[in-house]
Amino acid sequence: MTKRAPDVSASPPRSRSKYTLAPLVLIAANAVLFALFFVWPAVIGLVYSFTNYTGVGAFQFVGLDNYSHLFGDSIFFDALTRTLLYTVLFVPLNFVFSLLIANVLVSKHAKGVSVARVFFFIPWLLSPIVVGVLWRWLFGENFGLVNYLIEKVGGSAVPWQSNADLSLIVVVVAASWAWTGFSMLLFIAAIKNVPTSYYEAAALDGAGPWRQFFSITLPSIAPTSFIVILLNTIHGMKEYPLFASLNNGGPGTSNNLLVQYIYQTGFKSGQIGYASAASFVLMLILMAVAFMQLIVNRRVENR
Amino acid sequence: MTTTDMPRKVDSGSGRAVPKKRLGGAASGGFRRAVPATTLLWVLAALYGLPVLWFVLSSFKPAGDLFSLPLTLFPEDPTVSGYKAAWDSANFSQYFINTTIVCVIATILTVGVSCCTGYALAKYDNKWLKVFFVGILATTMLPSEVMLAPQFLVVRDLGLYNSLAGIILPAVLTATGCFMFRQFFLTVPDELIEAARIDGARELSIFLRIMVPISRPIMLTLAILSFQWRWNDYIWPLLMLNDPGKFTVQIGIQSLVGAQNINWSVVLGGSVISMIPLIVVFLVFQRYVMNADINAGLKD
Repeated sequence: MTKRAPDVSASPPRSRSKYTLAPLVLIAANAVLFALFFVWPAVIGLVYSFTNYTGVGAFQFVGLDNYSHLFGDSIFFDALTRTLLYTVLFVPLNFVFSLLIANVLVSKHAKGVSVARVFFFIPWLLSPIVVGVLWRWLFGENFGLVNYLIEKVGGSAVPWQSNADLSLIVVVVAASWAWTGFSMLLFIAAIKNVPTSYYEAAALDGAGPWRQFFSITLPSIAPTSFIVILLNTIHGMKEYPLFASLNNGGPGTSNNLLVQYIYQTGFKSGQIGYASAASFVLMLILMAVAFMQLIVNRRVENR
Repeated sequence: MTTTDMPRKVDSGSGRAVPKKRLGGAASGGFRRAVPATTLLWVLAALYGLPVLWFVLSSFKPAGDLFSLPLTLFPEDPTVSGYKAAWDSANFSQYFINTTIVCVIATILTVGVSCCTGYALAKYDNKWLKVFFVGILATTMLPSEVMLAPQFLVVRDLGLYNSLAGIILPAVLTATGCFMFRQFFLTVPDELIEAARIDGARELSIFLRIMVPISRPIMLTLAILSFQWRWNDYIWPLLMLNDPGKFTVQIGIQSLVGAQNINWSVVLGGSVISMIPLIVVFLVFQRYVMNADINAGLKD
């Protein structure tokens, strides 16, 4: 494996690297799947993004035309900024609530934790489609429970569906609600892994619960926070089904997100080449997010 | 990669030895502290539980009462007519069978394949394995939502268009599954493998006879996750399936709610039916999800 002279018997190679066949057999299935459903589409996607392919028949290479069109395409930009806005709202909201709930759930003072846990968890089990239906039912303008209650206390009906920004906010809340269960689980596991001796020492020094949280818990679970933010950012950037069932990207097209844009240009209008170019822009954003968070995390850990 | 660093924490601290005794001295303050914590917990639980409760209770109302003011939390005369209408109208039973087939097969394949890969990544030390690991990491950056069009073309060229296999196979490789097993096997001491090797066990039989059995909790956890993912999949089945006889439940619900005039009674019934299998699976295997503590196993 590594560069070593053939006759160095004095320093034997690392014991594990002599096995080749066994790991190869073990990863074989995934390697084939990886090649078929990841490498192959990624490569042809990249190639098609430079063509005017429509899914059937011949195609021509058009160079960077797709990309330059994309940057002049206001529909694409609207979708992109809407997606970014959605993610920027969704990630912190979900983070705060999951962390709060995780802390309450591991607190030994709270009673009925094992039952309450189920309440936080059930929304995560539901499919994005059902979550969308559920919140649409709750926030219906003429028939929803929320507007009914608002009118009951003297307010006037809020246009949850016909105002683009309110509509987005409903989706953000719905998504945070649905994803709490998952982020919460990661946080609970991380908080439980913080050595108790830290808390004991802090308690002896007179640190209160808030101080303990900010000085011990938060730094100790930094790697998990990083993962939660990363996963949720990726999740937010590729959201589609929730919008499809909650407001169908509406009102009008105001809440069409990137994936919906890609889906519509690729499959409804058959511009596979153009849609592939849009996909690669999305991929670059996801990679940029990952790298940025990786660097931030390194810096935090090395501090 | 950062994710790989997680198990290390457990090795260094003896923290989990006495989890119940956290902040031991403070326990005397018991009741005074229990009240705010418990209140906060249940206010939050109510906040999270109410939407589902309202949804489920509404589904038992007769279609005529759904919009009648004043809205009542509990149905006045509960009925299952919405459920029956949903089950009969939209070919729901067929959707249910299709979705179940996809979930079961995909889950079995995912667990098996991820277990093998995770073990190889954790316990063998080859250059090309590291490259493969980075490749698997990359799949999280390029989820199928991003590669809709090219992945569709590949699956079509493989002749899997409009078949359930076209939904199952691309879903089998999951980075999450591989991570989970890799992290678990990293916590298994190498000495265990060395001892088996000295006893003359072959590599694959070490894996099959020692490692697979001890990874059972991870298998169940991933199985539940995978079942949930496939049950809830929407966009990929939507692209892959053309024949309404092969549709999955989620497509069925979306087609109900995407209609011009939504028949809420049917939508509510259908949605609640679609929730049942997951909630049952979850309640039965609750502890495997809740204690998805990847370090379960050998370490205490």
